[in-house]
Amino acid sequence: MAGRTQEDIENELATEYLVLTYADYEAGLREGKLLGLRCVPCNKITCHPMPVCQWCGSRDLERTELSGKGTLETFTVIRVPSEGYEDDNPYIPCIVKTNEGPSVVGRLDYDTERATQDLIGKRVKLSSTYTYKGDKYSGGPRSCPVFSVID
Amino acid sequence: MRDVAIIGIGHTKFGRAAKTSLELFSEAALQAVDDAGVDLKDIEALFQGAALSGFEEGQLMPAAFSAAELNLGPIPATRYEGACASASVAIRDAALWVGAGEHDIVLAGGVEKALTMGTSFATRTFAMACHAPTEGPAGLTFPGVFAMAARVYAQKYGIPLDSLREKMAHVSIKNHRHGALNPLAQFYKKLGDLKVEDVVNSRMVADPLTLMDCCPFSDGASALVLCPAEDARKYTDDPVYILGTGQGSGCPLSKMEDLTKPVSRITSARTAFKRAGLSPKDIDLAEVHDCFTIAEFIALESIGFFDWGEAAEATAEGQTDLGGKLPVNMSGGLIGKGHPIGATGASQVYWIVKQMHGDAPKGNQIDPIPEYGMTDTLGGDFGTLCHIILGRTKRGA
Repeated sequence: MAGRTQEDIENELATEYLVLTYADYEAGLREGKLLGLRCVPCNKITCHPMPVCQWCGSRDLERTELSGKGTLETFTVIRVPSEGYEDDNPYIPCIVKTNEGPSVVGRLDYDTERATQDLIGKRVKLSSTYTYKGDKYSGGPRSCPVFSVID
Repeated sequence: MRDVAIIGIGHTKFGRAAKTSLELFSEAALQAVDDAGVDLKDIEALFQGAALSGFEEGQLMPAAFSAAELNLGPIPATRYEGACASASVAIRDAALWVGAGEHDIVLAGGVEKALTMGTSFATRTFAMACHAPTEGPAGLTFPGVFAMAARVYAQKYGIPLDSLREKMAHVSIKNHRHGALNPLAQFYKKLGDLKVEDVVNSRMVADPLTLMDCCPFSDGASALVLCPAEDARKYTDDPVYILGTGQGSGCPLSKMEDLTKPVSRITSARTAFKRAGLSPKDIDLAEVHDCFTIAEFIALESIGFFDWGEAAEATAEGQTDLGGKLPVNMSGGLIGKGHPIGATGASQVYWIVKQMHGDAPKGNQIDPIPEYGMTDTLGGDFGTLCHIILGRTKRGA
């Protein structure tokens, strides 16, 4: 270990395996940014953060910011929530295909009584962040993106 | 690899159980051991599915203590956790270990006490089989995942959602009709004559899935005794052979290309067919993972029993009912029989074996007795998939 300080080792470990951690991703969401990774060899975008490119598996990744815009792939209105989510009921989890390629799971900010099948395919954009307060099984609070319909 | 046979089966009543999970599993295991005509001291290893036992009763290592309850001695006893596919994965591994020659006579099965948890906590723990970082904060529940898949199915195949909901209702009607005939089912003698409107008008759980589109939470256990195929006739006149198995792993929902075409399930089913040297058209009956009505369509299409987008209409036409092209979930399935998740895969195999013995509940027996059957079990939101193909004659015989 001669010649290397503890700080050097920790700095190296901080980015050697994870260029973007989940904590970074959630911090980004809370600042209104959808962060992801650009793959140097294949140039595709990965989101949520992973240690490898979700498309080609390369570990050669760089941080990037996505536009936050995309298309609503599907959604549901939850009316029987699980323990810990009662205060949100009813609410709309959704999957959005981002302009940059990867899909992300989040919530849709929309009137639950007017949420019908014709929402699928609508253009949406990142509008805020939802943070689950956390319970003893979640490892603390967790955040996800919230999308709004833009057309 | 040696071929492997099932020589004994056991199954508790599904529903609400006052017994502990260790007692439930013992009950199923002793039935299976008695059915096989083997002694407990002959059991060389235990392979047990159990998904949430720590949350249900604060019981980690249920496999080790199940072995102890049965006084099996210090044999290997391993818990398998693949959410709702736990028991199928346990049976698959048991078959692979027996096939490899490591063990001769083994117990495989599963147990769960999910109903005991209550809806709110059970929903929370089941949702733990989703991708926690991304699907956790969104508050996705399992009904929610399949509700999203139903919307994709309707969109993709141009079926108006109301029309798809009516077709989905036929899964619930069929499986509850079968479950009402099954004395070990949670809904025995109940809900056997549902109408489409009963399903579509019941309480909305996750839009567009209603309560009657969903399987219940359940307590229960099921167990099997396996041995090498070459020894099977020493124990029984009616061995059922494990002809092929497959297993597949999924990914977070956001990484799935198409929620209605889970690659994990397609891959697992293809592997099982390849191992068995059979194809979907050879199968005479199936027990598939109908955790929700739409899930049965996705299963039937992914396995290859129907073309993409055709299972909905085929089900509404009765092609998956007794006397149809492919009878599906004659036991009642998860919807009518109950879904003690860690036990479900073993229960599916149990009911295929009962059919192959000509011993299914009155009104549910397929005639003629089926030659080939298949189970399909799904854990989580397509995270763990397992398929088991069973036959009344050995491979290549």
